[in-house]
Amino acid sequence: MATIDYEQKIPNNVDLKSDKKLQRALEKWLPDYIEWWKDMGPTDFNENDVYLRTAVSVDRDGWADFGYVKMPEYRWGIFLTPTEKERIVGFGDHFGSKAWHEVPGEYRNMLRRIIVTQADTEPASVEQQRMLGHTAPSLYDMRNLFQVNVEEGRHLWAMVYLLHGFFGRDGREEADELLERRSGNPDHPRILGTFNEPCTDWLSFFCFTTYTDRDGKFQLLSLAESGFDPLARSCRFMLTEEAHHMFVGQTGLGRIIERTCELLKEHDGRDVRELGGIPLEVVQKYINFWNSSSNDLFGGEISSNASNFFASGIKGRAYEEKLDTDHRANEGIYTMEVFENGRLTTKEVPLRNAMNEVLRDEYVSDNEKGIIYFNKIVERHGVDFRFHLPHRRFNRKVGIYSEGWFSIDGTPISETEWLGKVGEWLPTQEDRDYVQSLMVPCLEPGKYAPWIAPPAKGIDGKGIDFEYVKL
Amino acid sequence: MPASTAPTQNLDAECADVMELTPFQTHPDRYRHWRLSFDGDRARLEMNVQPDGGMREGYELKLNSYDLGVDIELADALSRILFEHPEVRVCVITGTEDRVFCAGANIHMLSTSTHAFKVNFCKYTNETRLYLEDASEHSNKRFLAALNGTASGGGYELALACDKILLVDDRNSAVSFPELPLLGVLPGTGGLTRIADKRKIRRDRNDVFSCVAEGIKGKRAVEWNLVDRIAPLSRWDEAVSEMAGEMADELPTSDAVGIELAPTPFTVEGNALRYEYVTLELDHAARTAELTIRIPDEAGPSDGAAAHAAGSDWWVLRAFRELDDAILHLRFDLPQIGLVTTRVVGNSAVVAATDALLATDDHWFVRETRNLVRRVLKRYENSAKSLYAIIDGGTAFTGCFLELALAGDRTYVLNDPDTPVHLGVTAANAGMYPMANGLSRLETRFLGTPEAVAPVLAHRLDRGGEVIDAETADELGLATFAPDELDWEDELRLAIEERACFSPDSLTGMEQNIRFAGPETMETKIFGRLSAWQNWIFQRPNAVGPNGALKCYGTPRRPEFNYDRT
Ligand SMILES: [Fe+2]
Ligand SMILES: [Fe+2]
Repeated sequence: MATIDYEQKIPNNVDLKSDKKLQRALEKWLPDYIEWWKDMGPTDFNENDVYLRTAVSVDRDGWADFGYVKMPEYRWGIFLTPTEKERIVGFGDHFGSKAWHEVPGEYRNMLRRIIVTQADTEPASVEQQRMLGHTAPSLYDMRNLFQVNVEEGRHLWAMVYLLHGFFGRDGREEADELLERRSGNPDHPRILGTFNEPCTDWLSFFCFTTYTDRDGKFQLLSLAESGFDPLARSCRFMLTEEAHHMFVGQTGLGRIIERTCELLKEHDGRDVRELGGIPLEVVQKYINFWNSSSNDLFGGEISSNASNFFASGIKGRAYEEKLDTDHRANEGIYTMEVFENGRLTTKEVPLRNAMNEVLRDEYVSDNEKGIIYFNKIVERHGVDFRFHLPHRRFNRKVGIYSEGWFSIDGTPISETEWLGKVGEWLPTQEDRDYVQSLMVPCLEPGKYAPWIAPPAKGIDGKGIDFEYVKL
Repeated sequence: MPASTAPTQNLDAECADVMELTPFQTHPDRYRHWRLSFDGDRARLEMNVQPDGGMREGYELKLNSYDLGVDIELADALSRILFEHPEVRVCVITGTEDRVFCAGANIHMLSTSTHAFKVNFCKYTNETRLYLEDASEHSNKRFLAALNGTASGGGYELALACDKILLVDDRNSAVSFPELPLLGVLPGTGGLTRIADKRKIRRDRNDVFSCVAEGIKGKRAVEWNLVDRIAPLSRWDEAVSEMAGEMADELPTSDAVGIELAPTPFTVEGNALRYEYVTLELDHAARTAELTIRIPDEAGPSDGAAAHAAGSDWWVLRAFRELDDAILHLRFDLPQIGLVTTRVVGNSAVVAATDALLATDDHWFVRETRNLVRRVLKRYENSAKSLYAIIDGGTAFTGCFLELALAGDRTYVLNDPDTPVHLGVTAANAGMYPMANGLSRLETRFLGTPEAVAPVLAHRLDRGGEVIDAETADELGLATFAPDELDWEDELRLAIEERACFSPDSLTGMEQNIRFAGPETMETKIFGRLSAWQNWIFQRPNAVGPNGALKCYGTPRRPEFNYDRT
C-alpha cells in the first residue's frame, strides 16, 4: 500500500506519523470511508468546489481554515483539545484519581459501546441529509449543509480515531460497521431511532440541526468530562464544530419565521400558503416532531446504564468540572414525575440513576432559549403568534413517558384524545406535502427561495451573494 | 530432612496477607498421621491420625478424623507407592484406632474454616481419592479398604475410592454417612456419587443409607453392596491378607525397581516462587500471576531406561511435579489471584522428543510419569482461576504443553512474522491425556465440529508434521485471539484487566460450566454436581448460620432449620 503523507492528508495533533497502529488501521478504513462518502454523502456534488472551513490545527486560527474544496478531498482531521494540566477523573467512584490515557480493561466494553453509539449518529445524519443539496434555498444554505455534512464526517473520524487507537481489533471491526449501517435501512439501520427518520426537506433540516444536533452538544458535553482522557478531549474539540451546526439550524428556522412574518404583514389576513411561505403553525409542528424525537436520544429517565456510566467515570454531567456539587453523586436524590397506573406521581430516584434526566434538563432549558429567540422575531413583526417548546413528555418513544399519551403541554390524555389532536401537534401528510412542494432549488448567487429570508450576513466575512458553491 | 519441605515461608512484606504458604511436600519419614510399610508386592497404609497434629490451632483430630495435613500425607503416600514401589500390586488401607477406621473430615476444622478453604479442601481430598482410582486403573495396583472399625463420612468415602471394601463384623462397626442427618451437609468427597455410580446401589437403599446416621453394618452392608465382604474380629488379619492376596493375583507381578521421589524445592524472591522449571510471579495489585514453565535446552533421556536412570530429575516429571505444587499454592495460599497467565518457554523440539518417549508403553516409569502429567493437567483445569495461555515469541506450547494451553480458558497467540511462535502437536494431543470427561482436550474443544480435530493432528511432529505458526493456529481453531504485534500488548492488557474486575464467583461458575463440555463421568459428576451442591450448602444458614447444623454440632444446642425448600 502506498504510504500516505499523514500530516498533509490528515491534519492531526495525535502524532499520527509515528503511530504505526493507527496508520495501519486508517489505511484500511480510509478508502472505505471515501467510498461511503461517495455512496451515501451529498448526492451529485462531489465534483463541485464548496467554500468550506477545515480544521488544520488546534491553534486559534487553525481550526477555521476557509477555502474552496471538493468534498471527497476534504481533509478530515483528528484533533484533541490540548490540556495544560494533568486531568483527573472528575466524577463517580474514581473521582480524584488520574484520568486514563489508556482504556481501563474493566470499562472496555462500556466505553466502546458509548463511543460506537455516539459515532453512529455522525454518518447517520449525513445519510439523512444527502438529498437536500438538490433543493437548497440558496448557495449560502447549500454551503452550510455541506459544512455540517463534512464536519459530521470529521466527528465520525474523531470517534474512529478512538476506536482504532484504543480498542484493537474490536475497535477496527466497530469502525467498519459504522460504514455498513445505513440510516433508515430496514436490515441494518442506524442505532438510534431519530437517526433513521427521513430528513428530506429544509424545514426538517433546520429542525434537525437545532434539536438533534443540540442533543449531540449535550452528549458531547457529558463525554467531554469523561475520565477517559482521549474521549474527553476529542469531544471538547467536536463541540466547537457542533456550535456551528446549531447556528445553522437556529438561524435557518429564524429566517423561515422571519419570511413568514414579512408575508403576514405585507398581506394581512391571507393564508401564507398562497404566498409561498410556511405557516408558523407548520413550523411549530415540525419543531414538535423533531424536539420530541430528540428528547428520546437522552435515553430512559431512570437508567442503570446511566448510573453505571457515571459511577465508572465514563460519562458525567454537562459542565461537571465547573459544577459546585458532590461529584460522586452517591447520596443525591432526583425528584421526577413518573407515569404509573395511568397517572403521574412524584418519585424520588437515586441521582445516579437519573443522570439521563439531569442532562435532559439542561437540554430543555437550552431549547427554551431558542424558543425565546423565535418569539422575538414574531414580536418584532407584531405577529400574533407565539412558539412553545413541547413538553418533554409529549410524543415520546423511549422512557417512562412512552407508555402513555400526553398532550403538547404534558397532560396525560387518552389515546382517543391523542388521535383527535395529533394533527394539530405533529405535521400531517398535508403539511408535509406542502413543505415538500416548496422545495425548489434556488441556486443563483445572492438569490433566496421565497419561503426563507436571506441571512443577516455571510460566512467568513463574505457577502450573502458570494458564490459559496461553484456549480 | 529433605530440603523439599516448604515450611511456612514468607513472601515479601508488602503482601503480608498471603505470606503463609501451605507445605504440600512431605516424606514418609515425616508423616504424623500415616504409617506406610511394604512387604513384597503388598503395601500397607495405616491411618493413625495424631489428635494434636492438626494443621492449625483450634481443633483436635479425634477418632482418625482428618484435615488437609492428613490428606497431604495420603497423597504423598500414593505417589511413593507408585514411583518408589512399582513392585507393589495391592495396598491395604486400614486404621490403627480401636473400633474406628476413620471418622471423616474433622467437623470443628470445617466449621471454623473459611468458605474458600472448605471448597479447596474438598477439591483436594476429592482429587486424592480420584488419584487412588487412577492408580488402580493405570498402575497395576489394587487398593483394599480394610475397615477395622466404623468408617463414617469421609472415612467411608475413602473406602469407596478403593477397589474393594472389607468391613470388620464385630456387631458394632458400620459404614455410614452421618453428614445429612447429623451435620446438615453432604458426603461431598465423592460419597454420594460413588454409592450411585461406582457401587451402583439402588436409589432407595442409597436414600435410606444416607439418612441413617449410625450407618449399616454386617450382613446388610454386604447385601446392599455397601461393602464387599465382612470378616469377624477373630479372623480379621487373616481375612485381610486373604482378600489382598486375591486382589494381587488378578494382576501381573512386577520386578520393577522404583526411583526415589526427590523433593521439588522452591525459593521465594520478592513476589516470585521459583522452582527449577516453574516460576510463579505474582502481581497482587492486578490480582494476576504469571506462570512460566521453562523447557530445558536438551530433551535428555530418549528411552525408558535412561528416563528411569534420571529418576525424579527427569525434566518432564520434575516440571509437572513443580507445576502441581505451584497450582496448590495458587489455590490455597493465593485466593486473591484471579487470573493466571501461562507461558511455556523453550524449544518445541525438546518437548516433542520427550513426548515421543512419554507415548511409549514399555517402561513402567515412563507410564507412571505420563499418569502424573495427566493428573496435573486435570488439576490445572479444575482450579478456580482464570487461565490464559500467552503464546508469543520464545514459547513452546507443544505436546503436553499444548495440552496446558488447551486446558485453560483462552489462548492468545501473537501473530508477528518477526517473532514467530511455534505450537506443536504430538501424540500427547491425540488422546494421551484425557480430561475428566474421558475425551481428549482437542475432542472437547471441537465437540461441535469433530472434523476439526484431524486437521490439528495432521500437524503431529512425530508423524512428520511441522510446527504451527500463529496464522495456522488461528485457522485450526487453536487461538482464541491472534493479535498482531501492533495490537498485542493492548489486547493482552485489556483482556487481563477486564478479567481481573469481574465477580470472582461468577467467573468460577462460568469457567467450571464451560470447561468440561461433553459426556459426564463419575469424576465430572463429583466436581460438577456433588461439589457444587456441597459448596452451596456450605453457604447456607442451615449449615453455617449461627444455628446451623455445622455450627451446633458438638455443642449442647440443636440446629434450627429454615424448612423452606428452595
Ligand atoms: Fe456531530
Ligand atoms: Fe452536528
